[in-house]
Amino acid sequence: MSTVAELLHDLVFDYTLRTIALGAAVLGVSSGVLGTFAVLRRQSLLGDALAHAALPGICLAYMATGSKAPVVLMVGAGVAGWLGALLLLKIVATTSLDEDAALGIVLASFFGFGIVLLTVMQKRPDAGQAGLDKFLFGQAAALVGTQVAVTALLGTAAIAVVIVFYKELKVLCFDPTFARTTGLAPRWLEVLVTSLVVVAVVIGLQTVGVVLMASMLVGPVVAARQWSDRLAVVLVLAGAIGAGAGVTGAVVSVAAERVPTGPAIILSLTVFALVSILFAPRRGVVPDAVRRRRRGLVAPVEVEAEAAR
Amino acid sequence: MTDEERTDTAPPLEIADLTVAYRERPVLWDIDLTVPKGVLAAVVGPNGAGKSTLIKAVLDLIPRAAGTIRVFGQPYADVRRRVGYVPQRTSVDWDFPTDALDVVLMGTYGKLGWIRRPGRAEIATALACLDQVGMADFARRQISQLSGGQQQRVFLARALAQDADLYLMDEPFVGVDATTERSIVELLHALKAQGRTVLCVHHDLDSAPDYFDHLVLLNVRLIADGPFAAAFTQANLMKAYGGRTHAFKHGA
Repeated sequence: MSTVAELLHDLVFDYTLRTIALGAAVLGVSSGVLGTFAVLRRQSLLGDALAHAALPGICLAYMATGSKAPVVLMVGAGVAGWLGALLLLKIVATTSLDEDAALGIVLASFFGFGIVLLTVMQKRPDAGQAGLDKFLFGQAAALVGTQVAVTALLGTAAIAVVIVFYKELKVLCFDPTFARTTGLAPRWLEVLVTSLVVVAVVIGLQTVGVVLMASMLVGPVVAARQWSDRLAVVLVLAGAIGAGAGVTGAVVSVAAERVPTGPAIILSLTVFALVSILFAPRRGVVPDAVRRRRRGLVAPVEVEAEAAR
Repeated sequence: MTDEERTDTAPPLEIADLTVAYRERPVLWDIDLTVPKGVLAAVVGPNGAGKSTLIKAVLDLIPRAAGTIRVFGQPYADVRRRVGYVPQRTSVDWDFPTDALDVVLMGTYGKLGWIRRPGRAEIATALACLDQVGMADFARRQISQLSGGQQQRVFLARALAQDADLYLMDEPFVGVDATTERSIVELLHALKAQGRTVLCVHHDLDSAPDYFDHLVLLNVRLIADGPFAAAFTQANLMKAYGGRTHAFKHGA
């Protein structure tokens, strides 16, 4: 264990820690903001399905190019995730299946295919595939500066889209039927919202991996929603909480050796979410129980007084 | 909206040969219907009669198997800014992080168009609309903190903010308190006085003649339509409801 001062020093001056922390912060901000729309549309598990759907894309990108360059694998993940998203929208639109069934189908079939590809590659003699399985749980230690820069660029672009279409996205998420009647919610906007989740997934895969990505999209908004009733504030808070959890997780994983970064980030996020669910002043479980208890202590007396009359 | 546009001659809604089917089952069958300008029309019929489907078909929210729909003589897509819509209150998540004013502002989005944000003029409009439904004091109230009736009035205020010439409403009277009921009735009369047209899905046969002056009686097929006095007959109701009707307070 290093001291707090050393950690803070390393956070700024140590290349590895700085890169991991920056990468985690970028991931936290983008998944916090982009995940907010998915959760408010009651599509919390969309990110889970699309993250799993990205796995075969990573494998195929490597098999096709023989390169493990982060950008190559990210393109593969993005294309596969996006195809998964389109398939999902198509299933919901053309069959009588519910969205959760469609999510399950996309998640299981794409992920299963990805696992098959991983296994096939493992049996090949060159062993060049070693490391692709790191995308299951993430390997933040392997983050490099260029990769962080690329994810930052992607994240900035996606958030810019959110800012430009804020009004349209808000009405689409709150009341999609009404939104369609205004003419401001065409099909492509729905595809765009889903695509934003794909972008968040691509940003997060290297750091937290396929399996844990869903919590990066859901956790920040769950926490943020507890503290505000305004969408704009929830978005900013979700980004901030995501970034906070990212940096905390990165620092913890470096300070306590042998703790993997991805899970450390998710655990910090869980702490943020738990504290918010329990203690947020108006929506928290504990303040609510206290209010109920106060009322509960008053009410029976009133009832008795009523009965005595 | 200019006066010219308000006084144009094409009827607010003209439906011809409309058929809508979910899979193999027809929900609406061969509907021919004209809604004249300035009426308060109730769409009445038993459960599963296709009342909400009719409204959704007009709004292009669901595909139709056959038929044409003209709104002010044009396809809906070309005149959507002249059409206001009040969906069923239960169709949205009222825990969404927003307040009453913000929801009403969404009524101005259609005329604002892409990207442009609501400004002072839109906020003033939205506040006036909230005031018109008696909700001025709740503008900044988180929407989950409103009662069902208040939420319904927020939806009506949002429709008012659309400043439309034809209003399509889906069961606005369902599950509301007496204050809200009065407020909706006042609002309907105000809309009529301004020459606007309302087509409203309504489940309650007994109250329909009190609130509306035009009847669209539906049970998959169009059973009858016209002024209430002429169309609201025992024979028509029997045709629409079959054996399920026994006591009508208002049946002729």
